Parts: sequence; structure tokens; C-alpha cells
Amino acid sequence: MIIIVLLISISLAIALTFLAVFFWNIKSGQYDDMYTPSVRMLFDPKKDDSKPVS
Amino acid sequence: MVAAEKQIVTTCYHCGQVCESEVLLLDDKPFCCPGCQTVFEILNTHDLCEYYSLDKAPGSQHAVAGDDVYAYLDEKSVRKKLVTFDSAEFASVQFYIPAIHCVSCIWLLENLQRVDAGFLHSEVNFARKTVSIDFNPQTMALSRVGQWLADIGYAPSVNLERNTPMKTGVSKQAVLKLALAGFCFGNVMLFSFPEYLGLDATDAGLMRVFSWLNLTLSIPVFFYSAAGYFQASLKSFQQRQINIDVPIAAGLLALFLRSAYDIITATGPGYLDSFTGLVFFLLIGRWFQSKTYESLAFDRDFTSYFPLAVQKQVGGQWKPVVIYELTPGDTIRIRNLEIIPADSVLLDASAHIDYSFVTGEARPVLAHPGDMVYAGGRVIGPPASFVVEKPTSQSHLTSLWNNDAFRKTDERNYQKIIDRAARRFTWIVLGIAVLTACYWFYTAPSSMWLVITSVLMVACPCALALAAPFTYGSMLRVMGRHALYLKNADVIERLAAVDAVVFDKTGTITLGDRPDVSFVGNIAGEEYAWIKLLTSYSTHPLSKSIAAAIRLHTDDVVTGFKEIPGKGIEGVVACHTISIGSASFTVGSRDLMATPSGHVFVAIDGELRGHMAVQASVRKDLKGMLGRLGRRCVALLSGDTDGDRAKMYTLFGDHVQLHFNQSPHDKLDYIRRLQQQGKKVLMVGDGLNDAGALKQADVGLAVTDDTGIFTPACDGILHGSQIQSLDRFMQLSKASTRILKIAFTISFMYNAVALTFAVTGHLTPLVAAILMPLSSVSVVGFSSIAVNAAARRILKKKSV
Repeated sequence: MIIIVLLISISLAIALTFLAVFFWNIKSGQYDDMYTPSVRMLFDPKKDDSKPVS
Repeated sequence: MVAAEKQIVTTCYHCGQVCESEVLLLDDKPFCCPGCQTVFEILNTHDLCEYYSLDKAPGSQHAVAGDDVYAYLDEKSVRKKLVTFDSAEFASVQFYIPAIHCVSCIWLLENLQRVDAGFLHSEVNFARKTVSIDFNPQTMALSRVGQWLADIGYAPSVNLERNTPMKTGVSKQAVLKLALAGFCFGNVMLFSFPEYLGLDATDAGLMRVFSWLNLTLSIPVFFYSAAGYFQASLKSFQQRQINIDVPIAAGLLALFLRSAYDIITATGPGYLDSFTGLVFFLLIGRWFQSKTYESLAFDRDFTSYFPLAVQKQVGGQWKPVVIYELTPGDTIRIRNLEIIPADSVLLDASAHIDYSFVTGEARPVLAHPGDMVYAGGRVIGPPASFVVEKPTSQSHLTSLWNNDAFRKTDERNYQKIIDRAARRFTWIVLGIAVLTACYWFYTAPSSMWLVITSVLMVACPCALALAAPFTYGSMLRVMGRHALYLKNADVIERLAAVDAVVFDKTGTITLGDRPDVSFVGNIAGEEYAWIKLLTSYSTHPLSKSIAAAIRLHTDDVVTGFKEIPGKGIEGVVACHTISIGSASFTVGSRDLMATPSGHVFVAIDGELRGHMAVQASVRKDLKGMLGRLGRRCVALLSGDTDGDRAKMYTLFGDHVQLHFNQSPHDKLDYIRRLQQQGKKVLMVGDGLNDAGALKQADVGLAVTDDTGIFTPACDGILHGSQIQSLDRFMQLSKASTRILKIAFTISFMYNAVALTFAVTGHLTPLVAAILMPLSSVSVVGFSSIAVNAAARRILKKKSV
């Protein structure tokens, strides 16, 4: 029976870690802007020798 | 030579608008105005033309700003407020840029370092339309940052009082509370499963472990997530008013204490799954209702309209000063299209002042030296100097904000439906609790307390509390999809009660900036192009309207152009002398009748050919909406002269009062008088001149054609194209009130079922755990589905 208690405490600890991470994310403003990052990652970095596509 | 109608389809390479007045060519690309062309040139020189490949015609039309418009940003007091981090070589600033609207905008604003090496890094927040810029203050002043942004077509809108961080802080906390409640709810449910399924008595030790785990998990929910309900009910007790939070708080308290008691004394597993679930659902409701439009501001006051700084004369030099520091006697200079920040006296020979912000009157007024000009007026034409008479805060216009209407707190005395229901509900539950207590006291006193807590527990009107947020929250979203952006869910309820609608004219019923130009007389095709050419030389608003209305282009040039203020313009085009202006000016005779307002006469080679009538154009499809509103439409309040009275009369009919020449104060008083007659008033307006009326009305809707531009403080922002659906929105809000009442009935039924379990003493944790989510889910499902069905039914009629 003790093994169940042990397993539960481990699972709860992991779950609490994720909750803490979520709190941290919210507080650091990761969810403030849900749109711009999705667009930003598609921009190609400019190469000096290549011409921009027109 | 006339390049005829095919030019109409030429759209600007930069902003995508039809090139109406002129077509400028650069690199084989057409541009509609020098502003757009300049932006292209800048981007071209910095190899940033990828901007145009990401989105088609991504720019926005803009006027070329003067060189020192942003000089005030370097003023110490302004700079200190704007810059979030400042050191010798690194500074950060955040600007609100209303023009941000597409992918190209993001790309360009995040590649600013290629425009000028002074930019270090920039990051756009699309939802809030802001850009955070890191720059090197040694190589680039803050004013230069603003200037660059304006030069590439993204003029920042600077407001020193903007305090958005606080708002997001609150919504962040709501999410955190919700996350915690959800987390604990899930885990408590998990630990309660063995209980639902029935464990053997041999596992009693494990049961105790689970119970204690549940209790531990519930404590943060009780003290953090649910804290808002306890605080709110405490507050309502102090105000001696029962609102919905009181029975909720009582129910939560009963649930938690009873469960804690059960677990500590080992008499039962407690109801903690119901408790955490309840809090979780309630918080979801709150979160769902709190739909906000981040890039829209509903609480702007006059300061958003006014410039932050003006040019003041200090020791023979012009220096930018913040308008709050203006004192009577200061000499200030206002440039073309800038707003006069304080009541002042004109120093120069003449100036055209456009009071459309203040009065709604679209035509500018000619001011003479020594004339008093009022704050809120906009200078049209060459720069003018003024002497300040009164500080900004005490000017004619801003005194409107000292009115009582602006002192009201956000929560008005309006009795919300939900609170009325809650009050009745609370008394009924208390009555039942007392009756049951009496019954059990005589039959089985030992279980009396258990039953009383059970009654209080199921009395917690979770479903009732969810009905309103989900009904109104869904409605808020539906309306948002149809371009009516309401400030919050309470507005829907007030909108449903409206029985009097008052309209503003300019900008609301009519389009102030795009007037109808009709020509009466005898003019041939080519001559239109000459008129367009000649009028495009003048900055007079009537000339601009005429030039914009004619779509014919000519390659001729004007020679001998003359503009005589107050009379008209004259010039030679293709060997013909053309004069445009008042009747006496164009033909030189005085025997003609006086020029009616908005009329411009045209003479070619001294021969009168006819006149142009420039009239405000009325928005499309208004007639149907006004017809459906019927008697509910009460009045039209216009700050304008009554030149359009006949037109408005045919539009509105004879049951609507038409009031012209209304000052902002008059409008406010009119609304107040209607309210004193017991009417619930909806004011639909647009400008600063409606600000008082919008605030005073039960519901104030601001109409705008571009949600990025300034709207006065209001309860909702309605897109100009949707004004013909105004009656349908009102109908929708009525429908949502009906839906809400049905949802109340459903939740009452669940409460009745649960109460029968409770009073008979059969409310086991399992029954509570089934009933509670069932009632919540069915109420939430019903209201969401019903709202969308109603929206489809009511708004679909549009196509008919």
C-alpha cells in the first residue's frame, strides 16, 4: 500500500512542477501576445548578398 | 489631354487606396500621395522592400509630418515618463501605434535597425498595437525615434497617462486563479475516484490519505482562487445589498467547512471535489465574460485628442512645451492640422479653424486677429500664433469633463438582473434552511447541523452565476464578430432596456470627410479635369472635397494661380481662365443672390457655368434601420448648422426631433432631460463633442470607421459600416436577456432537485459530485447554443 502513496506523491510533485512553470510563464508575459511570435518565426533573416524577393 | 476613367483603378502601391487626386510614379510604381511615396523611398534606400511582398499594399495613407513634430519627446519630463529604461548607451521605450494592422507592419517594425543604426532592437505586440524599441541614446534622440516611425508611416500615438500594465496585471491574476483551481479540481477528482467506486473497508488507511490530500489541495483554492467571492460578499454586506456573490460565498464556505470537519473527524470523505469544481467553473465564467479588446480604448478623455506639447515662444525662440505647463499669456504656434490645446486669442492676420471636434460642424471658421479661439479647434492652412487665455484644464471644451456625468463610478446604480434573482434566491434558500432546521431539530437533533450545511451547500447558485457570464460573454463575442465592440458584458443588459435612441449627425449619420459633390450647370468632360487641377492647388476644405470628387486627370498645368481668402481661387489652365468661389467672386457682379453655404460657383473665361454643391453624404442603408427603430428613435442632435435640416427630415421622418447648433453641453443636458422622463437612452455619436452625451446616456456607442483612431469615452465602439444593424443589435441584446431568464429557470430546477436531496438528508458526496457539474454544463451549453442561434436568426435577416 505504501507504494501507492509513494507513486501519488511523485506524480503530485511532477504536476506541481508543471503548475509552477505555468505560473512562471504567465508572470513573465509569455502569453501576453499570442499572435506576433507566430508571424515572427516565418520571417527570413536577411542575407547580405541576396536580393529581397519582389 | 485627359487620361480618362481608367485611372480610377490605379491603386497606390503603398497604401492600396485608389489614387484620387493625383498619381505619382516612382520606379514604375503608382503612389496616391507624397506621403506614401516618401515612405517607399525610405524603405527603398534601406533595402526594406520586402515589406511590400509580405502583404499587398500594406501601408496606410499618411500626411507628411513636419520635422520637429516629435521634438517634445526630448523634453525631460516627457522623456522620463515614456522611457522604461535609460542609461548612457541603451534606452527602451514603448509606443502605441494605431497603424499596425498586418504582417508587413510587424516585419518592418522589427527591422528598424536596418533603417538607422541607432535602433538596437524592436519588438511588436500585435494585439496591443505596440512596439517596444531599444535604442542607443548617444546616436539617436528619442524624438528621432518618433520621427523615424512617423516617416515610415507608423506615427506613434503618445499618451502619458496610458496605464495598460495595470489592466493586464488584473487579467493575469484571474488566469492564475483559474489555473490553480483547475489544477486542484483535477487532482481532487482523481483522489476522489476510489470513493465514488467504493473501496473496501480494509483500505481505510488509504482513504484517509486521499482525504487529507484533498483537503491540502483545497486550501489554496479556498484562500487564493475563491478569495474574490468572499471579499465581494463582505463588501455587499457592508453596503447592505445582497448580490450574487453572497449565496455563492455562503455555499463555498459551507462546503469547505463541512468537508474539513468531515475529514478531520474522519466521519466522511467531504465534498471537496464539488467545492474545487465549483470554484473552477465560477472562475471560468468570469474569465469567459471578461473578453476585452486590447487595442481598443473605451475610457479616453479629451487629453487623447489634444497634442502633448506645443511650440511656445521662449526668448525669441520656439521651444516645445507640455500643454499642462501652458499659462495664460504664453505665445504658442500651431501648425496645419494641429489642435489648439487651450482657449486663446489669435495673433496672426487670419487663420482657418476647424471646430469639427468640438461642434461637429465640418466647415472651418475664419478667425481674425484678436478673435478668441477655443481649445479643440484645428488649424487648417499655414501655421498661426496665439496667446493663451486660459489653461487647458479650464478651457471651454474641457470644462465638459468637470460635469457630474464624468464623476460617476463605473458601476452605476443599475439593478442587474442577476442580483435581483440572487436576492430572491437567497431569501428562499434561507427560508428553506430554517424550516428544515426546525423539522430536524424536533425529529433528529443530532443530524440538524449536517442537514443545514447540506442545504447551504446545494444552495450555492453555481449554475445561476454561470448563466449570465456565458450568455453575455457569448453575446459579446457574437457582436464583436459583427463589428460592435462592447466595453463589457453589463452593457448588453443596459442595451436591452433602451427605449430611446439619440443620434449625432456628423460622422454618425453623415460622413464628415467624404462629402457628396454634385454639379449643376453646363460643363463638359475636359473642363472637370481643369476644375480638379485648379482646386487641388488650394488647401481650402471645399476645394479639397471638389478635387477629391472629380476622377478625371489632366496633364496641364495651372499658371497664375491666385487664392483670395474668403472669396475663391483663380488660375489659367489650357489658355482658359477659371475662377471658382463665391457668386460675387466668380462673375464679379453683386446682383446675384448670396452664396448658399456649401455652394461654389464656377466661371470659365468670365462666363458663369454653374455651381458645385458640397453636401455631407449620408451613410448607406440608414433608412431601413431607422424605420425598424420607429418611435424608439427620439432625436438627432447636431453641432452643425441646420443646412441639412431638409435632408435629415426626409431621412428621419416627423416623429424625430431635429436639434441643430447643439453645444456639447446642450447634448448632455438633452440626454439628462430624457432620462428624467424615465427613458433609458442610447446615444450614438462619434466626436469629442458627443463625449458628454455618450457618458451621460445609459448606453453610449461611438461610431468610427477606423477602430484605430480615437473615440471618446463610451460603452461600445460600433464600426461605421454596421450602423444600419443597430436595431438588430438591440434586438439581440433583448434576446440575450430572454435567454438568460430561461437559463435561470434551468438552474433553479437543478437547485430544487438538489434541495430535495439536502432537506431529506440524502445529499451524499457522490450526489453532489454528479449534480454540480451536470447543472453547470447544461446551463453553459444552453446559453452558448441559444445565443448563437439567436444571433444567426436575427442577423441573417440582413441579406433580405
